[in-house]
Amino acid sequence: MTHEQAKTLIGERFGSAEVAPVSAEATGKGLVVTVPAADWQSFARFAKDTLGCRFFSFSTAVDWKEQGLEVVAKVDNLDSGLALMMKTKLGPGVSECPSLVPVYRGADWMERECYDMFGIRFDGHPDLRRILLADDWVGHPLLKSYAVDTPHPPYR
Amino acid sequence: MTLDAGHTTRVEFDYSGGERLTMNMGPQHPSAHGVFRAILTLEGETVVGVDAVIGYLHRCHEKLSETLTYAQYPSIASKTDYVAAMTSEFAYVMAAEAIGKIEVPKRAQYLRVIAAELQRIASHLLWLGTWCMDMGGALGGGATIFLYAIRERETILDLFESLVGARLLYGFYQVGGTRYDIPAGWADACRKTIDVIDQRIGEYEGLLEDNPFFQARAKDVGVITRELAEDVGIAGPLLRGSGVNFDLRRSAPYSSYEDFSFTVPVETGGDCFARYRVRMVEFRESIKIIRQGLDKLPDGPISSRPGLKSVAQIRIPKGEAYARVEGPRGEVGCYLIADGSAKPYRMKWRGASFSNLAVLPHIIPGHKVADVVAIMGSVDPVFGEVDR
Repeated sequence: MTHEQAKTLIGERFGSAEVAPVSAEATGKGLVVTVPAADWQSFARFAKDTLGCRFFSFSTAVDWKEQGLEVVAKVDNLDSGLALMMKTKLGPGVSECPSLVPVYRGADWMERECYDMFGIRFDGHPDLRRILLADDWVGHPLLKSYAVDTPHPPYR
Repeated sequence: MTLDAGHTTRVEFDYSGGERLTMNMGPQHPSAHGVFRAILTLEGETVVGVDAVIGYLHRCHEKLSETLTYAQYPSIASKTDYVAAMTSEFAYVMAAEAIGKIEVPKRAQYLRVIAAELQRIASHLLWLGTWCMDMGGALGGGATIFLYAIRERETILDLFESLVGARLLYGFYQVGGTRYDIPAGWADACRKTIDVIDQRIGEYEGLLEDNPFFQARAKDVGVITRELAEDVGIAGPLLRGSGVNFDLRRSAPYSSYEDFSFTVPVETGGDCFARYRVRMVEFRESIKIIRQGLDKLPDGPISSRPGLKSVAQIRIPKGEAYARVEGPRGEVGCYLIADGSAKPYRMKWRGASFSNLAVLPHIIPGHKVADVVAIMGSVDPVFGEVDR
């Protein structure tokens, strides 16, 4: 699966997806694909089954302030070296996103961390609870609205 | 981070008798190599459910990085994986260099490779020692291999000390190159050290592999299939122990790794023994790479931004990059988003240990409690990197 083949396949199957090469990816084989949130899970399924990106590298989110949250996931095809960065913009004020756990088991802990840090609720996640912070933590620290010096009670 | 039985991963086994017991393993447990709590559900001696609790060492590295400039953060990056501090510095500076299109002189690229490979040997030595100590009695007296491995690791830390002045957290990598050049006589000292380690690795293999107790505790224990390995995203020796021929140094070479000849060990067993074999071969391959690096070390500057003190010397424009390096525990990635200011807009660590540890709930059920210790040690987690 080359870069160009993957690009063509994505274009055929997901017309609404925006595809851009990763400028900084050292191999030159990376793709960045932005899909609507509604296609998030089906695109992941397509990436895994059709593009052969079976390796789940990581997922995270970015807070673009007034433009809302963006969820990012990276998957790889270890045989061909194709690296795929998937993105979806949730839109202002939205913090719901489909979960990737039914597709990749590695998304379990990653999405829990994302919920912990950004408060994103992943629909279909079997066990969505905080992972790094304590259960009684108030707020989601990686949001831009969360000040670095926000006071918090002592750790139990 | 509460224990709620409803969240526990469960596998039902045919077991006739006795009630289920919930047992806490950790947060303070000698085999955890850090602060890790596994809430085990037991039927007799057999584990049927695991709830892994992490986060005890969380320092909010990602939030912190948004408050520090590109010149300041690399020396903090080393505190994520403190057993292989060179690795995370490496990933961060590579991400910043990719966005800023900052060239790195050839000599600096070689010095980076030499430091990274020395770090891999040091990290694998610590893994070998602690893992064997975890399995203790089976190896005829517990701390034998541990003390040998620590002795060897000390000699590498001595090399790092004469290179950067620090033994654990280095700050050796800087955007644009390295902070220091090797001092006079360092190359010879390095050659002597790796020659000794090269010879002793064989002795340890003999000690371990000729021992039937070691074989019994490592073989067919904690099997990770290739399918599970990729799905969870485990990396490094774990992935290669499960039959996947993937090493970033070979598959996506960075920092002149394409100039070096080395083999990538792959084992198909997927068990603790396969992971052990992969790491034992990696010792020798790292030694090979260091020898080549010292032989071919080019002359020239060690940084395109020498004496880096102010972020004004770097200028990282708006953009984003994902840089990844093959650390001792696998793919360490830094996803960096720059907004054109002196500090990153967002930084995400893909810690190899985080993903590697996430496989535990899938493989532990069905094993005895004593095997949990062997499996956890074979995963080689460093909790600074898990919790960040």
